[in-house]
Amino acid sequence: MAIDVEEVAGSVPANTTRVIHVTVNGVAHRSTVQNRTLLVHYLRERLRLTGTHIGCDTAHCGACTVLVDGIPVKSCNLFAVQVDGRKVETVEGLETGGKLHPVQEGFHLEHGLQCGYCTPGMMMATVALLASNPNPTEEEIRRGISGNLCRCTGYVNIVKAVQYASRKMREAPAKGGA
Amino acid sequence: MYPPNFEYYAPSTLAEAIGLLDQHQGEAKVLAGGQSLIGMMKLRLAQPGALVDINRIPNLAYIREDAKGLAIGALTRTAELGRSEVLRSRYPILSDAGLEIADPTVRNWGTVGGNVSHGDPGNDLPACMLALNADYTVQGPKGSRVIPARKFYPDSFVTALKPNEVLTEIRIARPGAGTGSAYSKMERKVGDFATAAVGVHLVVGQAGAIDRAGIGLTNVGPTAIYAAAASDFLAGKTGTAADLAKVGDLAAEAAQPIADNRGPVEFKKDMVRVWTRRTVTHALARAKGGK
Repeated sequence: MAIDVEEVAGSVPANTTRVIHVTVNGVAHRSTVQNRTLLVHYLRERLRLTGTHIGCDTAHCGACTVLVDGIPVKSCNLFAVQVDGRKVETVEGLETGGKLHPVQEGFHLEHGLQCGYCTPGMMMATVALLASNPNPTEEEIRRGISGNLCRCTGYVNIVKAVQYASRKMREAPAKGGA
Repeated sequence: MYPPNFEYYAPSTLAEAIGLLDQHQGEAKVLAGGQSLIGMMKLRLAQPGALVDINRIPNLAYIREDAKGLAIGALTRTAELGRSEVLRSRYPILSDAGLEIADPTVRNWGTVGGNVSHGDPGNDLPACMLALNADYTVQGPKGSRVIPARKFYPDSFVTALKPNEVLTEIRIARPGAGTGSAYSKMERKVGDFATAAVGVHLVVGQAGAIDRAGIGLTNVGPTAIYAAAASDFLAGKTGTAADLAKVGDLAAEAAQPIADNRGPVEFKKDMVRVWTRRTVTHALARAKGGK
C-alpha cells in the first residue's frame, strides 16, 4: 500500500479532514485529505497522476472523466472523500506492460485528437461505453461520448477511433483490458 | 476551484443521517449525487457547514412497480431512468427525461432524489413529477410524511423539505388503460439546461376523449411550473388542431420566463407553445399504443 504524506496545512481544523482508502489503477492508497478536496485535485496533485485534465471545472467538458467502480464520472464534480473504499481508474491505467490499450491505439492511429486536451477523458468515456456496448452504432458512439467536449476535431476522427477500438476489442477480447 | 471547507459525514443509516441534519440546524445539506450541489459550492452559491453523504445508506436506490404504482428510491442514478424497461413501457415521460438530463456522464452519478429536491427550475424531473402528480415521501426526526410534488416547489431553490428531512422515495400511481406521457426538451446543446421543456401525462377514455391531463414546464419561471389551466383544458378534448393550439397558448400563458442567453421572453413563451403542442401530440399517440 502506498501511504502518501500528509500535506494538509496545520491551520485546517481536524473535523474538515478525513482518511480515505482508495485503489487507483490497481494501487491501494491511504491518504489524509481535506473534505473539500475534489477527486481530480487528489489524483493530479497528491498522486501526481496528471493525465486526468481539468477543463471547464464545472462538470460540462468531461476532460476530467475517470472511472469509479467502472462507471465514468466527472472527477471535478466529486469529492475525494466520496471515493473512500472504491476503485478509481484513470488514463494512466490503460496501457499494460508498455502496450497501448486498444482505445489508445484507436485514438493514435485514427488521429482522434489534435491538441489532446480532451483525450484522456474521451478515452475513459470510450472504455466504459465499449464495456457496456461492445459494438455501438455511430449514433450510439456520439451519444455515448456526448458528455465530453472536443474543440479541435469535429468528432469525426474520434468516432473513427472508437470504431477502431470496438473492432480491435471484439477481435481479441482477451486483450481488451480495463 | 475548491469550495469552502465543511464537515463531512457518511452515515450508514437513515436515522443517523436525519440525526446529523437535525443536529446541524439548517447548516447541513444532504449530498446525494452532488452534480448540482458541488458546482454551487465551488461557485460559493452554496456554503453548507456540513455535508451528510447518503450514498453509504443501503436500500435507497431502486425502481419498483407494485399494485399501487411506481416507487423510485431517492438514490437511483438518473442514468437508470433511461435504461428501465418498466419506465419505457408504462411511464415513458421518465425515460424521455432520463435521456435528456445533463449528459450521460453526469447522469451516472446524479440522482433522481437530488434532481427533484434541489429546487432548481432548470432540473428536468420536477416538471415530470408535476405532470404525473407524483408524491414525495420524506423522512425526518418525527417519522415520514408525504408531500405532493404540486405542493413542493414554492420558489427558486426553496422546497417544502425541512432542513432536517431527507426525501427518500417518489411514488406515482399505476397508470390505467389509455395512459400516455412524454417529455420533450429544447436545449442548445447536450448538457445545457432547457431553453424550454414540457412534460405531459394524460389519460384517454374509452370514447376517445381525454379524461384528465397534467402538464409541467421546465426552466421557464422561478420554479418548475404546473400549467393548471392548460392541463384542465384538455379534459374532454380529443386533440384536434384547435385543441392543440389552445393548450399551447394556455401553457405559454402559464410560463414566466426571464430573458437570458437562451433567448428573450417572447421567444421562450413561443417555444413553450410549440413544444406543448408537440408533447401533447406525442403523449396522445402513446396513449393510443404508439411509441
